[in-house]
Amino acid sequence: MSAEVLPYTVHPHPLTGVYSGKLGTWLFLASEVMLFGALFSTYILLRVGAGDAWPTHHETHLSVPIGTFNTMVLIISSVTMVMAWASLKMGNLSKGRMYLAITVLLAFVFLIVKLIWEYWPKWQKGHMPAESTFYACYFTMTGLHALHIIGGIVVIGYFLLPGAKLWHHDPEYYTNRIECTGLYWHFVDLVWIFLFPVLYLT
Amino acid sequence: MAGSHADVQKHVRAYLLVFGALALLTVLTVAASRVEVSQRLHITIALVIATIKASLVAAIFMHLFWERGASIWWTLLFCALFFAVLMMLPSFTRFDIPPQATEQMWDVTAKVAAPAPGH
Repeated sequence: MSAEVLPYTVHPHPLTGVYSGKLGTWLFLASEVMLFGALFSTYILLRVGAGDAWPTHHETHLSVPIGTFNTMVLIISSVTMVMAWASLKMGNLSKGRMYLAITVLLAFVFLIVKLIWEYWPKWQKGHMPAESTFYACYFTMTGLHALHIIGGIVVIGYFLLPGAKLWHHDPEYYTNRIECTGLYWHFVDLVWIFLFPVLYLT
Repeated sequence: MAGSHADVQKHVRAYLLVFGALALLTVLTVAASRVEVSQRLHITIALVIATIKASLVAAIFMHLFWERGASIWWTLLFCALFFAVLMMLPSFTRFDIPPQATEQMWDVTAKVAAPAPGH
């Protein structure tokens, strides 16, 4: 059996105008918008419906300084992700991998801060999803977002270690795969950009 | 899309500028949440700042500013349309409901009917 090469991984497809991995990633992200969109829509319905019964942000026990810190962590990780792509585009694999490693590190920082300083104290005080509609929304939305962070760690970790071999066979293909990974990672950052003010600040 | 080193260098400058803007807007949104204004205005300010931040991420970090592939713009157009419908669904729930019903529609207190005689 002859090995077939996946077409249009580097050059744009004549019909779509982009390499196929990028179109695939954007289609996936469109489905992700619907997934998170459904949760935001549900949140609006529940919150508007609850009226004055909805807890104020003083009553929710969410820490704004910790939320702000994690927001900055994700923003910096987005910059390092895109710097990894730029370094690879300029032919520098070691610098690209360094930026990928920093991105993974920052993703772990986000998760550890979330778990130790946000989830854990709430669980100890008995604030569980079943306690109120607010906590049900909070844990569902931030929990799904945290799962996406874990997914990002797996994918970036793959391209940082075993996946980096591809660079030696086809550097452009590898660079494009990092761009697609970056698209996903920036989307995860983008979701947090909305989650943070919606849950912590308003 | 970036081809030469010079193009990528331009990108890097844009990334750093956007990073500065995102950091500044994060501080701004936290500061704005502490100002004494109505709840409605709080939500509006927070969402406007979040939308600006999200647009910067999508345009520069996700390369949409330089994107020429028509298929991606079509994908985003349909995505935006369906997203808009999703966001409008909560307001659709208030259509065709008599005013006296809307006053009680959010009362989720369980109403237990008295057991029928003989049961």
